Amino acid sequence: MEFVCNFPFFSIMVSMFSGVISSVLKGKKARNLGVAVNGIVIVLSAATLAYVMSTGESFVYTMGHYTAPWGNEIRVGVLEALTATFFSFVMLLSVLGGMKHLSRELEDRSLGMYFLFLNLMLGAILALIYTNDIFTAYVFIEINTIAACGLIMVRKTGPVYVAATRYMIMSLMGSGLFLIGVCILYTVTGHLLMPNIQESVKMLMLRGEYHIPLLMVIILITAGLAIKSGLYPFHSWMPAAYGFSLPSSSAILSGLVSKSYIFLLIKIIYRVVGKDTILGSDIIKVLFAFSVFAIILGSVGAIREKDIRYMNAYSSVAQIGYVYMGIGLGSRAGMVAAMFHILVHAATKSLLFISAEGLSQASGHTYRIQELKGAGYRSRLAGIGFTVGAFSLVGIPLFGGFISKISFAVAATEDPRKVVLVFIVIAISTLLNAIYFVRTVIIIYTPAAASEKSRRVKLGAAGCTAITVFAAVNFILGLFSGPFIGAIKQGIAMFQ
Amino acid sequence: MSKIKKDYEHTFFGKLERWIAGENDVFYEDPEPMALEEREKKAGHNYLAYLEQIPDVGYSYEKAKAYHYIYRILTVLMGVFIVGTLLYVVYFLPPFGDADNPVNNEVSRRYIEKGMEETGAVNIVAGMILDYRAFDTFGESNVLFIAASAVLLLLKAGDGAKTAKSQKEIGMKEDVILQRVTFILSPMLFLFGIYVILNGHLSPGGGFSGGAIIGGSLILFRNSYGYEAIEQFFTEKTFQNCTLIALGFYCLAKSYSFFTGANHLNSHIPLGTPGDIFSAGLILPLNIAVGIVVACTMYSFYALFSKGGI
Repeated sequence: MEFVCNFPFFSIMVSMFSGVISSVLKGKKARNLGVAVNGIVIVLSAATLAYVMSTGESFVYTMGHYTAPWGNEIRVGVLEALTATFFSFVMLLSVLGGMKHLSRELEDRSLGMYFLFLNLMLGAILALIYTNDIFTAYVFIEINTIAACGLIMVRKTGPVYVAATRYMIMSLMGSGLFLIGVCILYTVTGHLLMPNIQESVKMLMLRGEYHIPLLMVIILITAGLAIKSGLYPFHSWMPAAYGFSLPSSSAILSGLVSKSYIFLLIKIIYRVVGKDTILGSDIIKVLFAFSVFAIILGSVGAIREKDIRYMNAYSSVAQIGYVYMGIGLGSRAGMVAAMFHILVHAATKSLLFISAEGLSQASGHTYRIQELKGAGYRSRLAGIGFTVGAFSLVGIPLFGGFISKISFAVAATEDPRKVVLVFIVIAISTLLNAIYFVRTVIIIYTPAAASEKSRRVKLGAAGCTAITVFAAVNFILGLFSGPFIGAIKQGIAMFQ
Repeated sequence: MSKIKKDYEHTFFGKLERWIAGENDVFYEDPEPMALEEREKKAGHNYLAYLEQIPDVGYSYEKAKAYHYIYRILTVLMGVFIVGTLLYVVYFLPPFGDADNPVNNEVSRRYIEKGMEETGAVNIVAGMILDYRAFDTFGESNVLFIAASAVLLLLKAGDGAKTAKSQKEIGMKEDVILQRVTFILSPMLFLFGIYVILNGHLSPGGGFSGGAIIGGSLILFRNSYGYEAIEQFFTEKTFQNCTLIALGFYCLAKSYSFFTGANHLNSHIPLGTPGDIFSAGLILPLNIAVGIVVACTMYSFYALFSKGGI
């Protein structure tokens, strides 16, 4: 085995270990360690991606001395490596973008704690991406949930507790459903490793045994992960959780945490239950129906909001809806579009949250959209960042969001029953997105009174880097989407 | 054209123009518009206080009250529905303890038949959780650690704030009966916990159960003698160092084991004779590490909830 095959395992262990060490470090040191480890993880994941792309085959890494049905395993294919690289990259940029805010608002001990949660979360997200074992997935879902809760409540003010409690209740409900699903699945198949479960499920489907428990497993696992990622009827925790937490937390929560659950769901669809079984059940239609509501009602919610962070949060509801619409199409092309949109949204929504923070700093720490008048002139980079992110999510050509909308539309043409609905939904949603995003962009570029113009605010080197790189990533996803879509296609092909 | 109209302000275009100009929000009327200066004055220019003023998303108290009964009824109905569905599914599951069940396959057969030989542990459960599936257990002990850290962050008073200094402040009394019983009981509990941990690979028990016993005896000790007594040997520093050493050791030891296993190298960890106290390779030290984490977590939960600090 090549040495590079160890890298996914190293990246998980390094981030978990640094999380443990952060508990005794002083704030600044923990922060530097966290950023350094995040950088190391990016390099390791990128090397893994290059290796997997060059060999064109996925590989399985045994966690210990025991092989498939007995011990734990992680599995690395192109899709896993790409997602891990991209997610760790977005996480580093989100942390850098909110760095000034973190240092200002958190006292020394809380800062150390923040990076403890962050590092453990990075390890958990990586483990969720790479795992080949459904129970390992559950364990790391737990870590992810508690870490996310910590990231929300680290600010320690009134509304944050409410938001964190709400998040905790909904998220634990999701974990509980997932766990019950895993239990039933183990009872009827006798395995916990994904390939073995898939084999057993195929056998059971052939013989027609345990039909109802299997259906229930699909429902429970899908519902659990949908609640945790905030699909429309279960989105009520999202606005407060994203709206009141620190900008880095909002960026990471909406960009990465909910996406890691969706990635796990995609993995379960292909590698645990099997695509044919999922298509045979009606759950995919339910997901499609929910996603349509999510896209429309999330955008309507965003239009009603006056707080820029809440607007971003409701826009996340709509974008999560897009991802589930891709899954709900039930075709390979739909899944590719969903996966590409996961990447686009991770990069874009983090950019929006961080730029919104820059704009609000330039307007006397207000978050009300109406009071951000002229903020684009006072904090130029944040204004540009917000505009880029907004245009990307509206779906204007040259930006990443355009490519994902085109991919959804093209994927829908394969299914004559859904194509009209998908086209109408995309059209309406683009219009609604344009209403609230373009309106905000117009407001931040409306010149304010001359006295306020002079209040220029600097973002700091880290913040500037983050916004610039995020904006660049948006353009790269929009202009050179070919390699990304190619890699996603290759990765999904490896799943089967 | 329409600008000539008298009630232009109230026409659709008038509203649209004002809305684009950002003057007011047509789609959502503010129930009580408050000027920026007024709000800043109320918040005393304090950023954090200002944050707290932003109303929570969702509904007002009156509205929530009106929906209260509907929520209750719906909750019960939902609960009954979910319970009913799950029970219905249980009806289709294989019967409990049947030899032909899907769970009785090659996986459990190898655990039972070869477990002792391969892991060196007489207690097969210890062999399963700390050797066959050690990665899960690593995650599980990290769950405990991160949960304790989250509670520490949530409940620990700030750096400057003072915590309760004496037992009386948190409403505890000196209880002679309790103290005498604890005096006899707690050393035995400690010893029993240590026994359960050290014999985890030989008999039922292990890090999780032994750690819980030790944590329980720490809580009992603290309840009867107060935390001046317990701070003689257990402070927040101890908690941090113990969890750091235990989890750090677990991480490094298991990383070594995973690395050698995946790369098909010999790990050079002797398995010893099954049944001896020093046997089963890494399982004994890992049990100790898990035990320390569990004991510290249990005690710290109690301490944080009772006085806001360890």
